[in-house]
Amino acid sequence: MLEINQLQKSFGDTQVLTSIDLSVKPGELVFVIGPSGSGKSTMLRCCNRLEEPTSGSILLDGEHVTACHGAALDRMRLKIGMVFQGFHLYPHKSVLANVMLAQVKALKRSKEEARARAMEMLEHVGLAHKADAMPSELSGGQQQRVAIARALALDPKVMLFDEPTSALDPELVGSVLKVMKQLRDEGMTMVVVSHEMDFAREAADRVVFMDGGVVVEAGTPEEIFGSPKSERLRAFLSRLHPSAS
Amino acid sequence: MRFLDTFFDGAVMAKYLPDLLSAIVTTLWLSAIIVVGGLALGLALACLRTLGRWYLTLPIVAFADIGRALPPLVVILIFYFGLPGLGLNLSGPMVLILVLGGVLAAFAEEIFWAGLTAVPKGQWEAGRATGLSFAQTLFEIALPQAIRMGIPPLVNRALAITKMTALGSVIGVKEILAVSSSAQSFSGSATPLTMAALAYLAIFLPVVILSRLLERRYAWAV
Ligand SMILES: Nc1ncnc2c1ncn2[C@@H]1O[C@H](COP(=O)(O)OP(=O)(O)OP(=O)(O)O)[C@@H](O)[C@H]1O
Ligand SMILES: [Mg+2]
Repeated sequence: MLEINQLQKSFGDTQVLTSIDLSVKPGELVFVIGPSGSGKSTMLRCCNRLEEPTSGSILLDGEHVTACHGAALDRMRLKIGMVFQGFHLYPHKSVLANVMLAQVKALKRSKEEARARAMEMLEHVGLAHKADAMPSELSGGQQQRVAIARALALDPKVMLFDEPTSALDPELVGSVLKVMKQLRDEGMTMVVVSHEMDFAREAADRVVFMDGGVVVEAGTPEEIFGSPKSERLRAFLSRLHPSAS
Repeated sequence: MRFLDTFFDGAVMAKYLPDLLSAIVTTLWLSAIIVVGGLALGLALACLRTLGRWYLTLPIVAFADIGRALPPLVVILIFYFGLPGLGLNLSGPMVLILVLGGVLAAFAEEIFWAGLTAVPKGQWEAGRATGLSFAQTLFEIALPQAIRMGIPPLVNRALAITKMTALGSVIGVKEILAVSSSAQSFSGSATPLTMAALAYLAIFLPVVILSRLLERRYAWAV
């Protein structure tokens, strides 16, 4: 489904991603962990070319994401949903208009079609009753669920989540994770960068540990959390739960 | 009574009212063209600047800086009295429109640009990540937010510059100040100037009030 081959990324002289290989199967939830600055966001952002890879290739369903430009890239991005840490809802548009905008402008759906699909997606994340609200009237958790609905409404093949709950108050995290869990159960292909280790244990098919711009270790949640092989992963996990080790 | 005779002489008022009314019309259409043209040009320049091409950015920044630095009266005089030397004869109203419209465009470009740079990067990323093109993201997401931020300074600037239509009096444009000050010298009464002040108030006060309503209309809590 999503294939990342020998992805490299440098900002000027500093190499952030050394060589990333990662293959995500249809319906799989890949959970990415790693210390701050290890390049997790950069990797995700390369997948939809918000960041331009320095070298390497990314394929979605056999199509080269890294080879397209202009309008072809815009079309490719429709197939790749992205959810940001900071939600980034459009503050001047209602919740409904947020979810409709790209459907109408990029996917060229009719207004009626887009509205129906938007309402369906808002229903899905439990926020149909907020359709006419402005984003500023919603809690962080609600805003993030609208952002998820906005991405889902475009019928993406894969969803990328960059720390979707890191900006939320603890009591709001659960509502967003619930929506993500539900999405996974419906068979959505997902790549999730997050620090919610309990969610990883419960919902991830595979956990990938990144450090210093490379994938250090990958495996099932049991393998990664239960019997970490590398020293770096053990050190990372023990920093997360100092008491447990 | 002396006060009323000086500033509110009924006979003088009646005599010069027709002239003043046609001057008000002149001021109004000049202002309208200057505001619409200046804002449109400023907006277009700010949009072009987002493309980030040096060969666009450089002349735009030069235009904005020079337009904001030069006193409009100087440019008006140069255009009106200097350009004919090059065989280019522009009418008084034309000079006023070009110069004041240009000055407003220079300020408006900077205000729109400031608004555009204040739109968080995440807004652009959200737009592009959902498959919107650069232009769609600019027009649907960034610009509406930039314009909202720019409304108060834009209104102030547009008012300041349309009031400068009074500078037309030095190049023979029959706008409010020109007509009333010549009426003042013919009649020897200050009343026409009072009428001019009232006329300006009648034009600009509603604009100020309208701008307050506009600000409220576009206010969304951030
Ligand atoms: N636009 C940029 N220009 C220069 N350096 C950058 C840029 N974006 C990221 N970096 C650098 O790349 C490195 C990796 O950043 P990245 O955001 O991918 O890390 P991360 O794993 O997502 O970290 P975090 O957990 O803090 O979000 C960091 O050292 C960061 O400073
Ligand atoms: Mg990050």
